[in-house]
Amino acid sequence: MDPTEIVAEPGPPPGGGPSAAPAVRLRRAVALLGSFPALAGVDLEVDRQEIVLLRGPNGAGKTTLLRTLAGLVPVTQGEATVLGIDLVRDYKAVRPRVGLLGHATGLYDELTVADNVRFWCRAARARAVDADAAMVRLGLDGRLRNVAVGRLSAGQRRRTSLACLVARRPELWLLDEPHAGLDQEGRDLVDHLVRDATAAGATVVMSSHELDRAVALADRTVTVTGGTTEDDARPPVPGPAEIPEGQESTDVA
Amino acid sequence: MWHDAMLVAGKDLRLEVRSRVALNQIVPFALLVLVLFAFALDPDRGLLERATPGLYWVAVLFSGLLALQRAFTVEAADGNRDALRLSGLDPAGIFLGKAMAVGVQLLVLEVLLGIGVAVLYTTQFAGWPLLLATVGVATVGIAAAGTLYGVLAAGLRVRETLLPLLLLPVLAPVLIGSTRAFEAALAGAPAEGWPWVGLLAVFAVLYILAGVLGFGPLLEES
Repeated sequence: MDPTEIVAEPGPPPGGGPSAAPAVRLRRAVALLGSFPALAGVDLEVDRQEIVLLRGPNGAGKTTLLRTLAGLVPVTQGEATVLGIDLVRDYKAVRPRVGLLGHATGLYDELTVADNVRFWCRAARARAVDADAAMVRLGLDGRLRNVAVGRLSAGQRRRTSLACLVARRPELWLLDEPHAGLDQEGRDLVDHLVRDATAAGATVVMSSHELDRAVALADRTVTVTGGTTEDDARPPVPGPAEIPEGQESTDVA
Repeated sequence: MWHDAMLVAGKDLRLEVRSRVALNQIVPFALLVLVLFAFALDPDRGLLERATPGLYWVAVLFSGLLALQRAFTVEAADGNRDALRLSGLDPAGIFLGKAMAVGVQLLVLEVLLGIGVAVLYTTQFAGWPLLLATVGVATVGIAAAGTLYGVLAAGLRVRETLLPLLLLPVLAPVLIGSTRAFEAALAGAPAEGWPWVGLLAVFAVLYILAGVLGFGPLLEES
């Protein structure tokens, strides 16, 4: 197998709904962070193999929405189905089938790149060969694979996180600022990975402040404001006010 | 569950091998505790000999606390807790794996402390079956209870100070039981020690069951 073709084989949908059903369907979904309604009645529908960009100001609820879709934040009201799983009944059941790239890396600093990728790959019951292929795909083969993650640059850590996600072969990719911290080559690589993943059957929901790149990548954009969503029919050209000076998001919700 | 347990245990032990925190910090701390006890009690050599079992297990508990804190500090860093929750790993497997890794570190620590006691306190070990059985079940109990309380405190900003406050009272039965069993072994009266080993075994089983059942909710909530 060509190791760079790893995303061409998405994981099987164990126990999922029919493939024709949307990957994500939220109706008036409410999610609380403590007593604060971080999602205050969100409507969102994402078809299989679609790439949807979430846009909105800092604190709008993009990160919470992604974490909710990942099964990390319970939905307390409304309807929420992800990959055929009812999140209101069991929000944790979807976790093995999604991959979340968040602001944090989820890596162990003292372990090497290879140790980290293999651990998370084996935790997801993925094949060891997928871990190696993911490292090759992300440019982490060679000397980098045996370097402790704590010694890597921010961009290399980001690549390692992406390798962990790719190796799991999730059906739903949830990417929170996937381009942040990466150089030009890394950003192009993320775009290729996303396109290859959807071509292979996966679905992608992402948030990004790098709107020029993200809008071009997405099939559709959804604006998140104040914990609610507004579907944009077509990817709009970003206005100057939406393009931040830096690439790092400071979202807290 | 066992696949996940072995995976997590392997990861935690690899972390310790790479970081050498246990070797470079916890072991010297444990030996230092023994030395300080020797300084404090050496003028009364008889008292030191009588107190050796208790001092040994107090040193194990204090040093074990450091190992437990370390085991959960690595999970609190940089989104690792969320990654664990998303990983698909069985929470019971995570509990058993982390407890096994802590248990292995404790066993190494106990061997080194045993050597330290023999050298510093000139202790003549006897009743080896009872000693080994005590070390085995007490280690399982400490590791299981420590892992359960470790995840409870891990999500809190004050975890470094809260964990000892939560854990040491819970481990008091282990300290008492293992000390009594060691006293019986060293005194050449092993028959008096085996009931304490039974008590330690009951304690260990209860905390393993509590951990297998309770670790998942605690991982979600803490």
